[in-house]
Amino acid sequence: MYRYDEFDQSFVNNRVAEFSDQVQRRLAGEISEDAFKPLRLMNGVYLQLHAYMLRVAIPYGTLSSKQLRMLAHVARTYDKGYGHFTTRQNIQFNWPALADMPAILRDLATVEMHAIQTSGNCIRNVTADHFAGAAADEVADPRPYAEILRQWSSVHPEFSFLPRKFKIAVTGSTRDRAAIQVHDIGLHLKKNEAGELGFAVYVGGGQGRTPIIAKKIRDFLPEKDLLSYITAVMRVYNLHGRRDNKYKARIKILVHETGTEELTRQVEAEFDALRDTELKLPESDIRAIETYFAPPELVARPEGEAILKQSQLDSRDFAAWLNQNVITHHNPDYAAVTISLKGIGEIPGDATDAQMDAVADIVERYAFDELRVSHEQNLILPHVARADLKAVFDALVEIGLATANSNLISDIIACPGLDYCALANARSIPVAQDVSRRFASLERQREIGELKLKISGCINACGHHHVGHIGILGVEKKGAELYQITLGGSGDEHTSIGEIIGRGFAPEDVTDAVETIVDTYLGLRTDPSERFLDAYRRVGSAPFKEALYGADAKAA
Amino acid sequence: MKILTANRLVDGEAVWLAADNSWVENIQLAERASDAETEARLDAAGKAALANNEVVDVNLIDVALVDGAIRPNRLREQIRANGPTTHLQFGKAARFGANAA
Ligand code: HEM
Ligand code: SF4
Repeated sequence: MYRYDEFDQSFVNNRVAEFSDQVQRRLAGEISEDAFKPLRLMNGVYLQLHAYMLRVAIPYGTLSSKQLRMLAHVARTYDKGYGHFTTRQNIQFNWPALADMPAILRDLATVEMHAIQTSGNCIRNVTADHFAGAAADEVADPRPYAEILRQWSSVHPEFSFLPRKFKIAVTGSTRDRAAIQVHDIGLHLKKNEAGELGFAVYVGGGQGRTPIIAKKIRDFLPEKDLLSYITAVMRVYNLHGRRDNKYKARIKILVHETGTEELTRQVEAEFDALRDTELKLPESDIRAIETYFAPPELVARPEGEAILKQSQLDSRDFAAWLNQNVITHHNPDYAAVTISLKGIGEIPGDATDAQMDAVADIVERYAFDELRVSHEQNLILPHVARADLKAVFDALVEIGLATANSNLISDIIACPGLDYCALANARSIPVAQDVSRRFASLERQREIGELKLKISGCINACGHHHVGHIGILGVEKKGAELYQITLGGSGDEHTSIGEIIGRGFAPEDVTDAVETIVDTYLGLRTDPSERFLDAYRRVGSAPFKEALYGADAKAA
Repeated sequence: MKILTANRLVDGEAVWLAADNSWVENIQLAERASDAETEARLDAAGKAALANNEVVDVNLIDVALVDGAIRPNRLREQIRANGPTTHLQFGKAARFGANAA
């Protein structure tokens, strides 16, 4: 894992001291709310419906057991005993008092954590494939580059007051698990014919009220040019991005209004001026950062196969979990595990302090002290010996985190919605819980196969509904909640934006509607290997409209 | 009918202004304004409390009386009054009873 150097640690400590002072002065009435609000947002402190909220950064979703234990400590000591892992691989605490923020941030700093750049119009936490460094299909670990970007972008003076927030995601596999095409910049790490590392660069993707798929503006950017090229993109955006209208301020609008060709030309021109400056990354620097992310020493554990064979015979639950929540590792004796935070009827992404502590024990004992947070609001153990999988499963069963539903319909992404969020129009979490309960049978879920359901409580789309195979968007109509359904979205290497299927559904009808959609799919798929998304792409929306709205489908 | 709501500065707790000019955690204790004059007084009290750094995010909200209890018109305000519907144990409903929604 990356370890803070002296500069990092003193930077974070200084920030804690500075913000503590600002909080004290605010509480003493020396700073007005108008003056304080931007300061608290720079430190991840929001105001929600019931309390303040603290968003803590988890760079590229990577955590050690010690850091996870600290998050458990914060949940227990300053909050109400739980935290909410988010689609941006961060964690949010829903109840901390403003007066406690200095103490929380001090505690977090002792384990190299902070809340800087989790809000505001700056370059936010850089996200990465949660299977980075483990996945069998990976060209190289994307996290060293995410870390380089983090160091470069942290309080970057030129890019701290952009027209709007800016999100970068990196993947190291062709199979995109980081949803890079719906980010302001998406980087796909790959090798050219000569075997050199570089990036395909995507720009101008985003969700929110105007969902747009990013455009590829470079097929291969040599790794040494990463910072010069990204700086070029940022400069073009900073100069020309709109500041007159918050809803038109993201780079996606600039790309759209300028045209991809012209924007690419501007970026390349800027890049020409920058490529031979101090922004060029020395090979030795890249390799030095890389050493922080070197995989743990994975000793041979060939006994795994026999143990797994026997354990699957002994326990059908284990066999189901192995099948659903465990993926192939580049080392054949190892595997990567998804710890589902989507227990049936539970709140997507929530974990209690006790669960975090127990997972920290597992991470330490069986997973080389490394944990990831996925943008799908689950936790990942990237490296576990296959011989230890049964022990890990048993430990997860004890804390209620062994649900074998990864990528199934109950593995739902849901934003906090109107239960917490001050911007919400409708609740998200209860919809997720209701759908999860309706499809409680794992057998039925497996029969349905891969299906990504994503829910947002307003058009800001924090719950990624635009890229859900089934997306649900909560709106307010005449003072009541109403849910609009979109179909056919996807956030992978074949990204697509879901299409609104028709008029919305009342809260009590939305789960029925989801079930109708699922049943329609089951009735028309060619065979079980044709996933929901494939079937939708083949047949289009008509059969689903017909099933949902019947004869007046055309009017809907 | 309107009442005045805000979040308390020190901990963000949802609060309402009571007739004795204190900020209370239970919506049922809020002072109700049924005429323009009372509304203006509440509004002024809110502005003063904001300036005085007692509360933030001050709003006059529409409510009705249902079986003698105050019930905000908007779901958002009902949830502020009761707490998250998904974590009933942590909300005000657990402390004061689900009397607002
Ligand atoms: C206090 C709570 C939150 C606030 C105020 C908030 C605010 C916003 C806003 C205003 C946008 C739209 C940005 C735009 O279109 O320019 C947005 C987008 C987004 N937020 Fe949140 N959000 C909150 C919580 C969350 C949570 C919990 C998550 C993760 C589960 C999240 C992840 C995202 C993502 C992925 C997007 C869409 C990507 C994009 O920026 O285009 N947010 N958020
Ligand atoms: S999508 Fe809307 S309701 Fe959900 S967290 Fe984002 S801003 Fe809040």
